[in-house]
Amino acid sequence: MRNPLADKVVEIKPSGIRKFFDIVSEMEDVVSLGVGEPDFDTPWHIRDEGIYSLEKGRTFYSSNAGLKELRIEICNYIDRKLGVHYQYSDEVLITVGGSEAIDLALRVMLNPGEEVLIPQPCFVSYEPCTILAGGTPVIIELKEENKFRLTAEEVLNAVTDKTKVLVLPFPNNPTGAIMERKDLEAIAKVVEEKDIFVISDEIYSELFYHDDKYVSIVNMPGMKERTILINGFSKAYAMTGWRLGYACGPKEIMKQMTKVHQFAIMCAPTTSQYAAIEALKNGDEDVEEMRKEYNRRRRYLLHAFKEMGLPCFEPYGAFYVFPCIKQFGITSDEFATRLLEEEKVAVVPGTAFGDCGEGYLRISYAYSLENLKIAIGRLESFVKRLTKD
Amino acid sequence: MREELLSVIEKNSRIDLKELAVILGVEEIDVVNELANLEKEGIICGYHTLINWEKISIEKVSALIEVRVTPQRGQGFDNIAERIYKYPEVDAVYLISGGYDLLVSLEGKSLKEVAQFVSDKLSTLDSVLSTATHFVLKKYKDHGTVISKKNEDEREKITP
Repeated sequence: MRNPLADKVVEIKPSGIRKFFDIVSEMEDVVSLGVGEPDFDTPWHIRDEGIYSLEKGRTFYSSNAGLKELRIEICNYIDRKLGVHYQYSDEVLITVGGSEAIDLALRVMLNPGEEVLIPQPCFVSYEPCTILAGGTPVIIELKEENKFRLTAEEVLNAVTDKTKVLVLPFPNNPTGAIMERKDLEAIAKVVEEKDIFVISDEIYSELFYHDDKYVSIVNMPGMKERTILINGFSKAYAMTGWRLGYACGPKEIMKQMTKVHQFAIMCAPTTSQYAAIEALKNGDEDVEEMRKEYNRRRRYLLHAFKEMGLPCFEPYGAFYVFPCIKQFGITSDEFATRLLEEEKVAVVPGTAFGDCGEGYLRISYAYSLENLKIAIGRLESFVKRLTKD
Repeated sequence: MREELLSVIEKNSRIDLKELAVILGVEEIDVVNELANLEKEGIICGYHTLINWEKISIEKVSALIEVRVTPQRGQGFDNIAERIYKYPEVDAVYLISGGYDLLVSLEGKSLKEVAQFVSDKLSTLDSVLSTATHFVLKKYKDHGTVISKKNEDEREKITP
């Protein structure tokens, strides 16, 4: 029997996270700091709306682009948060999580051989989705000395005449880095000069702990017309399992994304869409409560790392910290594996998010303070032992 | 800072002050001073501990008693409420809307003791017209804490 598989697919490396996941699931009593989703339940009033929509029998397909009311609420939300106005009728698409939006945007914008600039360390999906879409990923290795932010210089060094798209993953998973206004202004200039497009994955935009107001690349002059803004409900409203996200952008691009979405998915889950309307209408307070709680945990972790002598730059977004373990002279993989075996604490080695993640760990604070304390206690013992060796 | 401090300490009154300062992002001395102010102003009224006595086999019976009273001239319900809350076995006294006037929460060593309190001390008060005693059979959640079940983390252990 011949080989049923497409070479392109087989060549894609499996997720570095998967390997760790497999080891961890075999062990008992592991305190896992490796999750990428909130520990909160979806706020009750949102769940209630979802349940209610099922009771009412709203179990049919929604329109391809998504429920009109939801698209309107999304546009209101973006207006409120960013002061940017999108047309609900042809500039918004509701997707199955931010993940589908990323995949669609890449598929729709890449001709074979065109290049996509991907700043790493970053979420695991951009590179494989680029390859599957027929594009060529070009990795930009971000530096801790720049607080893992993307600089205009780094973009200029990576741009070629084949560059089509720049992926901007901020606030960032796994580093927790954000981009301030001045950082985005610099990037915007280069993007416009080189006539490239931006996919801005802002799924963690609500988990923002900087004193200044949150700013997106679409706030920069000339950027709205060349950016696909991606966001969703997973992280802000603790709706990861509901699989709901959205993309906003110029109507020519959105039209094509909607077309592909129509063929591949039909529409995002209707129940989730109804719940999301409630989330946008009445969920602001819940989001703020969760954000405050994450912030308290963030401060606790940074303080704890300082006390144990583990250098970690201060992240202002998402719910991850990215401490540096280079001083111990072992690889991230080795550190994480030994930490797991000796102390039963699971963290994710930075290399799961790109080669330049070597020497770092991703530690999630989507856990109660009580659980964090237990984990930190064990991590501290481990670090003490390593320092002695 | 006040509101956030209060919401943290409401759930965890034993939190280490240094830790409290860290998670609020302020100096420890500011936390100490603010707490002192909050206590002085009567905003923080007390620090209590929630105990599941059943687990060490000490019998305690809780009851919620609805009390109907004739309000007194010039004082309304305040006097009668004070007479009731002065009893140490009374946990809480609320003035409520609806069919009854006061809701009294109390705890005793046994059913008999609670019933005796109601008949000897509560019903006999001058302004009390009638009472309705409801015994608490099981506490699921009290003061914001779930007593019966442990919270399970059902998430996948590692996700990207």
